[in-house]
Amino acid sequence: MKIQQLVLKEIIHRKLNFSLSVFATLIATASLIGSIVLLRVYDIRTESILQQKEAELQARMDKLQDDMRKAMLVLGFNIVILPKDQDLADWYSDDYSVKDMPESYVDRLANSDILSIRHLLPSLQQKILWPERRRSVILVGTRGEVPRLHQTPRKSLVQPVPYGSITLGYELHRSMDIRVNDTVKLMGKTFTVNECYEERGNKDDITAWINLKEAQELLGKEGRINAILALECLCTGSSSLPTIRKEIAAILPGTQVIERGSRALARAEARTKVAQEAATTLEKEKRGRETIRHEKERMASILIPAVLLACALWVAFMGFINVRSRREEIGILRTVGISARHIFMLFTWKHLSIGILGGFWGLALGTILPFLFSGPDYALRVGAVGPLTFWLGLGALSLIGASFLSVVAGWIPAMIASRQDPAEVLRDE
Amino acid sequence: MNEMVIRLKGVTRSFNGPKGKIIALNDVSLSLSSGELLAVNGPSGCGKTTLLVTAAGMLKPDQGDVVFVEKDHPYNLPPDRRSRLRAGVIGFVFQQFHLIPYLTVRENIIIPSLSAPGKELDQRAQELIQQFGLHERADHVPSQLSTGERQRTALARALFNRPRIIMADEPTGNLDDENAHIVLKHLGHYVSMGGSVLLVTHSAGAADYATRILKMKDGHLLSS
Repeated sequence: MKIQQLVLKEIIHRKLNFSLSVFATLIATASLIGSIVLLRVYDIRTESILQQKEAELQARMDKLQDDMRKAMLVLGFNIVILPKDQDLADWYSDDYSVKDMPESYVDRLANSDILSIRHLLPSLQQKILWPERRRSVILVGTRGEVPRLHQTPRKSLVQPVPYGSITLGYELHRSMDIRVNDTVKLMGKTFTVNECYEERGNKDDITAWINLKEAQELLGKEGRINAILALECLCTGSSSLPTIRKEIAAILPGTQVIERGSRALARAEARTKVAQEAATTLEKEKRGRETIRHEKERMASILIPAVLLACALWVAFMGFINVRSRREEIGILRTVGISARHIFMLFTWKHLSIGILGGFWGLALGTILPFLFSGPDYALRVGAVGPLTFWLGLGALSLIGASFLSVVAGWIPAMIASRQDPAEVLRDE
Repeated sequence: MNEMVIRLKGVTRSFNGPKGKIIALNDVSLSLSSGELLAVNGPSGCGKTTLLVTAAGMLKPDQGDVVFVEKDHPYNLPPDRRSRLRAGVIGFVFQQFHLIPYLTVRENIIIPSLSAPGKELDQRAQELIQQFGLHERADHVPSQLSTGERQRTALARALFNRPRIIMADEPTGNLDDENAHIVLKHLGHYVSMGGSVLLVTHSAGAADYATRILKMKDGHLLSS
């Protein structure tokens, strides 16, 4: 008879003790393997979610890019033509040009054959002190849109201010309690208020628009303008601005061209912002899932050792009970010449069996449960969680780890069994 | 001349009991030769079982010495070697049988070979099964046996390693007269084949099979 046969027969004889020990080892292994598989499934799900969101973001970005291209094509963009000697730093800070150019420039441009330029709005702007009201205003003289000679007539985007009329920005009419049809004096000239604008939240709120001719007279700049606004210029993309600049420079050599606040540009900026927000959201999602993973990992790092310890103690307790109930058997085995080493082996073999069986079932349970809890997406995708080496590693960890736990837990009971004094046992029995 | 198989020289063994020190063996000396069945009689608690386990190398005496076959001093050996020596020299039979409950008769008989299994040992087990009339019960577990069959199984197990001596502690204590007779007859047969038996008993019937009888009282061994 071999030790293993005796172990097997004893296991069959004391099924409950063995089953309870295997169950404890199973729980320990399933907890460990389950945690590993759960974290792995979580990682894969995170990867999948982020990949999906990244793909959605990329698709959205592609669509935005396409939309922007189309918008640029259809809506065009706005440019401002300024005198060439105007310092752009001053222009950006004052928001109007202190240099001027001939009003005839706008007519020359309107009569040219440039197709990319559409609506032309010449203006003369200057910040002045409204003497009658003792406050600073931006005075804008405008003659409305200049029709293009070589293009089909279009509906004007901006209507001219009639001669003798004045249009006031929100802050001006509000603060001075001026209403439509009131008459106001500006630099000694009387104007009828034809329109009072709603609040725009920009410099328009302190701007007064009058007819260009009257503005030139009041400012002593007859026949001069300091800006031509070209709205909704046609283009096929942002790279067309240099082309327009080149075309305008050929017609109006004494000017410079800058892009300004076009709707297409604003829309593109809005879309870029949306894309940035989407990217931020994606990053937040990633960090959120990383945080949850760290929490899960932390929880597992506390719970798993506790479960392993509890299970090891349980296996040890079962071992003590087994030794106690086999006291007579140990005594007789020692009496017939079985060595202490063989008695120790007898119990160690049993604990090894407990470990192997518990490890096997623990591996099965620890693998199946996370899949059940992870939903149908992952239920049938064992291969997606890890390659064969991953599962082989888990298998080895289960069997070796569970066997180690069981043998270590059964070490002291086995030592006690092997040190039983047969004489004392038989005398007591 | 018969060979001396076991010798006790001035063996003393005491225990700490609830009412103080109990001297179970007090300067006991005896020797047992091959072909001899020595019966030790005495009342319960006189130290018979202590004498048996001390003589068997399982309970180290406080004083004195035990010698097997004129050469081996079991208490001078490390535990594992002592176990091997005991397995080779001594077989045990107890009043309570001490069979392993989940093993069959055949497996109980063969259990001494646990540390060194071999095919020829199966043959030896089969011989003993036949010798003790257990062939119909060979695959039964102890709970399915009568008390006589259990004791015969225990006796067969004791003889499995062909020991030089059988240590029997009240082997007939739980048996009826018929089964007691069978067991003692087997022991007598073993002695006639050159074996030795140290029989501890308070049964008067055992004396019929003994070649020598000693009495024991309060840890002292007295001549019959």
